Amino acid sequence: MAFLRCHDVHKEYIVGTETVRALDGVSVTIDRGEFVSVMGPSGSGKSTFMNLIGCLDRPSSGTIELDGESVSDLTSEALAGVRNQKIGFVFQQFNLLGRTTALDNVALPLLYGGVEGSERARRAGEALARVGLDDRAQHLPSQLSGGQQQRVAIARALVNSPDMLLADEPTGALDTATGTEIMNLFQALNGAGLTVIVVTHEAEVADYARRILRFRDGIITADTMDEVQDVAV
Amino acid sequence: MSLFELVRVAFDALRVNMLRSFLTMLGIVIGVGAVIAMVTVGAGAHAEVDRQIQSLGSNLLSIRSGSRWFGGARTAAGSTQSLTVEDARALKAEIPEILAAAPTNRGSAQVVVGNLNWSTTIYGIDADYLVARNWVLSQGREFEPSEYRNGAKVALLGSTVVNELFGAGNVVGQQIRVKNVPFTVVGALKGKGQSVGPWDQDDTIMVPFKTAQGRLLGKSKHRSDSVRDIYVSVRDPRAMDFVQEEIAEVLRQRHRIGPNQQDTFSIRNMTEMVEARAEANQIFNMLLAAVASVSLVVGGIGIMNIMLVSVTERTREIGLRMAVGAKERDIMLQFLVEAVTLCLLGGLIGIVVALTVTVGVAEIAGWPVLVEWPIIFIAVAFSAAIGIFFGFYPARKAAAKDPIEALRSE
Repeated sequence: MAFLRCHDVHKEYIVGTETVRALDGVSVTIDRGEFVSVMGPSGSGKSTFMNLIGCLDRPSSGTIELDGESVSDLTSEALAGVRNQKIGFVFQQFNLLGRTTALDNVALPLLYGGVEGSERARRAGEALARVGLDDRAQHLPSQLSGGQQQRVAIARALVNSPDMLLADEPTGALDTATGTEIMNLFQALNGAGLTVIVVTHEAEVADYARRILRFRDGIITADTMDEVQDVAV
Repeated sequence: MSLFELVRVAFDALRVNMLRSFLTMLGIVIGVGAVIAMVTVGAGAHAEVDRQIQSLGSNLLSIRSGSRWFGGARTAAGSTQSLTVEDARALKAEIPEILAAAPTNRGSAQVVVGNLNWSTTIYGIDADYLVARNWVLSQGREFEPSEYRNGAKVALLGSTVVNELFGAGNVVGQQIRVKNVPFTVVGALKGKGQSVGPWDQDDTIMVPFKTAQGRLLGKSKHRSDSVRDIYVSVRDPRAMDFVQEEIAEVLRQRHRIGPNQQDTFSIRNMTEMVEARAEANQIFNMLLAAVASVSLVVGGIGIMNIMLVSVTERTREIGLRMAVGAKERDIMLQFLVEAVTLCLLGGLIGIVVALTVTVGVAEIAGWPVLVEWPIIFIAVAFSAAIGIFFGFYPARKAAAKDPIEALRSE
């Protein structure tokens, strides 16, 4: 069942006097529960694609549907609501608030979702438990290792029970062992039914996914299903 | 987000840069502090002026015979005629607005009690004097009409004289000697406290007018009923100027002073004199107000500056908050509340500083401390308004950020 549906999506930027076509007609459908890797060299349009399906931006033309609802021409306020409720972001640099405890970092999306104080703490605690960090709730990011920080960030992405997890180079700032840990976590979450989309340029990372989208010059050049991986799972 | 949460987020952000937050607040602290100190000290000073006016006597005019009050060459020699007791009576009879018209003479004399002595001012008074000058008795009684009439050897003592000669305690019935004349003390006057001019109003002895003329201040060159001052108390403060003109007219008539001749008396409005000094204070206050408002504006600009720096520094944080669902309004409110919190904190510190200073000044000057609560609320509201005004632009700048750009920034 299709969760994300892109149809002939274009995105153009004007840089100086030149028009840059970051996306030049992308059509793709991703089903609920899929684990997708997005690959491509820099400038291929993969980041623009992520920003568009992450509702951080609107396409110049074409339509994007999330959960059967078009988000192509929502107001920025409505897009903020979609991001809050349906999408969880994981970044390369974690993006945790430095002077804020792990628990409060995780609770941040709930703050903007209008969830009451005690309920916020409960749900943030649950999300931390899902990534195995319930004993680090009151730690500041500076007191946690890189892998732990990324797991706090994942807990933050999970706290609002999103439909889709968007990870942008989630292992880029981590060593190989920790990176593997994080990818295993993604795989586990995907196994529990969550749609996961990972942007990466590392083949090992991409191999965790069952489907790989390759971008080049603003279009998808390859869309491959990894049957071997399927069998292995 | 609820207001409580917004304020908590603001406090967290301010705590990160404690010193910077404090320095930013300083302009507001000084501005609000100056305004509050000015108003509170001003209110204390004003109350003090009121008290001084009250101690002089309400709506008091003083008429002095002899020379013109404000210098200038004296012409018309030989036309000078001293004021008399009859002048005072005539004024009271002819001008209905006059509540009391008290002829007085005064001179200095040595007062002896046992082996103590004290040099003080002797006033020869009549019954109107205590009314006109707002004197109140602390013990004993006023002079009887018969004592005024007969020139009895009785005296009322000012509180300074009581202290110097008797210490505390009852003075009624005590004997004192003034210029070797024995007097019986019949009462003591309540102290008026700090004085208006350089002299101490409480350092005085009062005796009936006739007694003073006959035994203490008698001067052969004057008629026995000539007086130095007439104190006039006017019923209605609004009639002061009018009564002053009436008095001049009556006296010029009585003294047969022609239209081109110089007055042989001068009339002073005592209340006006005190008020003139209060006005000088007012000018000082306005100067302080100008400094305070400049400080508030400069403080506000400082807050705007720091908020702009803060918005730039925290671009990534703004991007993250937007990514997890913060609406533009949420970001805007966050920074606005932060600016307002900064200003309000500054305002509150300013109020505390100002009240401390005010209590100190009042202590030194001997003024009452009058905290004007409305101005405190106005100051708090004004600080918040500065926060909103100067925080608005940085907050809008934060809210207008593109989340993608913001997340990408270093």
